[in-house]
Amino acid sequence: MMERLTGAERQIALMICVVMATVGLVMAAAGRGDPMGSHGAIVLIAAGITTFFVLRAIGEPEPAEDRTVNYYDDPTKAGLVIALFWAVVGMGMGVWVAAQLAWPDLRFDAAWSSFGRIRPVHTSGVIFGFGGNALIATSYHVMQRTSRARLAGHVSPWFVLLGFNLFCIVAASGYLMGVTQSKEYAEPEWYADIWLVIVWVVYFVLYIRTLARRNEPHIYVANWYYMAFILVVAILHIVNNLAVPASLTGAKSYSAFAGVQDAMTQWWYGHNAVAFFLTAGFLGMLYYFLPKRAERPIYSYRLSILSFWGIVFFYIWAGSHHLHYTALPQWVQTLGMTFSVMLLVPSWASAGNALMTLNGAWHKVRDDATLRFMMVAAVFYGLSTFEGSFMAVRAVNSLSHYTDWTVGHVHAGAMGWVALITFGSIYSVVPLLWKRETMYSWKLVEWHFWLALAGTVIYVFAMWNSGIIQGLMWRTYTESGTLAYSFTDTLVAMHPYYVARACGGALFLTGAILAAYNVYMTIRHAPEKRPERDYPTSSEATEPPVPAAE
Amino acid sequence: MDLTHDLTSVIAKSFGLFYLIALSVGITAYAYWPSLGKRFDKAANSILDDEDGPCQ
Repeated sequence: MMERLTGAERQIALMICVVMATVGLVMAAAGRGDPMGSHGAIVLIAAGITTFFVLRAIGEPEPAEDRTVNYYDDPTKAGLVIALFWAVVGMGMGVWVAAQLAWPDLRFDAAWSSFGRIRPVHTSGVIFGFGGNALIATSYHVMQRTSRARLAGHVSPWFVLLGFNLFCIVAASGYLMGVTQSKEYAEPEWYADIWLVIVWVVYFVLYIRTLARRNEPHIYVANWYYMAFILVVAILHIVNNLAVPASLTGAKSYSAFAGVQDAMTQWWYGHNAVAFFLTAGFLGMLYYFLPKRAERPIYSYRLSILSFWGIVFFYIWAGSHHLHYTALPQWVQTLGMTFSVMLLVPSWASAGNALMTLNGAWHKVRDDATLRFMMVAAVFYGLSTFEGSFMAVRAVNSLSHYTDWTVGHVHAGAMGWVALITFGSIYSVVPLLWKRETMYSWKLVEWHFWLALAGTVIYVFAMWNSGIIQGLMWRTYTESGTLAYSFTDTLVAMHPYYVARACGGALFLTGAILAAYNVYMTIRHAPEKRPERDYPTSSEATEPPVPAAE
Repeated sequence: MDLTHDLTSVIAKSFGLFYLIALSVGITAYAYWPSLGKRFDKAANSILDDEDGPCQ
């Protein structure tokens, strides 16, 4: 794929690799005896692998294709394949974590395999690895199509994609070594955080520059969501990770905030990670791929604008609902609760807009599993946002908080909404990008759909039961005013649900593995699509870019 | 000037309220501005056929 870069671009890529390798070497040398040293080695190896691919292309002839006539889809393709890899890894870790809760012996007594270390590998693996790569890849696809313009640059999309994955690998390997800031979804330490800021700024600039090249007067609403995702995640990430390293040669750092301010900053970040990473970006996917697949414009474009601004302005205030009944001032808790309840309006406007778009195309939903993925995703989006608003109400939260209900709620959103819309988008975009007629096997897509749906429903129902039982047991008192159940009693009561949850997760993982296989086989073996018109000549076709007669 | 808890809560409860109201009015006006209807319809339909590459 590096052959498609011009000579100058290959040189820039090589220079970046050299700088990265130097940084890795310095980290490895300075951080000897500390996990930072191991991370330096990882950076060095990553830079080495990238250098190998760039060097292999460096002597090749310049690309002959006419860049003005087609979109630049190589980074999108790579991103989708990497996203599926992370899906299998992240969901596999999830099944293992779930199984450890049901059968603790599955820890196998190693330090690295303890619950506290592999759980963040699961959460970061699915959120950042799977979700993040899918967002980056689809955003490249959507920004080019909706702008009718080619990506603004050929090195920067690779820098963003590969740089982001380096962050993911440093994060996941750090967790296994015990490196953590102990902030949920913000566990990576200071040097990984700084690296992500660099990658993210390049991503933002790339998006803005591509939009600036657009040939459409209006910026299609999907781009607004992707832009909100990029911009707000940058702000959240920078503020929440403000910290002072204990030493420049070690991983440990101390947060710039303390006490309740730290908790508020963390949950302002944490909830908006849900809002802008797991919602805004995926709504961008929904607003592009669902109308496209249904071959119908979005039901109400005006409603999509209203719900965009509603979601953006309400979500940013909702984080304090994670801190009900804490040292946080009561009015801040109430503020978070109020905004969470109001959020239901724009959230349901989006879900309703998606479903109304399908009104009149239900036969397509019935026949086409890809569109059905997106339809069910919109339903789960509606369900989990309703549940979220409800759980943010202080009285409900007193029962639900700290129980498995929260875990069930997150997974209704993450599996039912985020993963399903992503798989739907992947199934609709893969044949297009690799110029195939269809996916390799539509039966596997059907299997995946039903496995994913069954897995999600089993998971969510198990956690609802488990969480509510747990919450009720915690608040049951005897006549003499003491607690009726010990903590161990609650564990015994939850055990069957933990087994069910692991089974639901395993079904969902099986679906993801089928998806990875199906995509691989589509790339390798599905018949090529006969184009209606000629494709523009690519560099891989060994023929002159213009007909000889011209 | 100290950024006290009282001051921030007063700002949030006064300015915060009005700025959110102003935003919601502004956005609703934008979304339902009659002359923009055509532009929005065009945008909504534009994604249905966009595979023929960048505009020349």
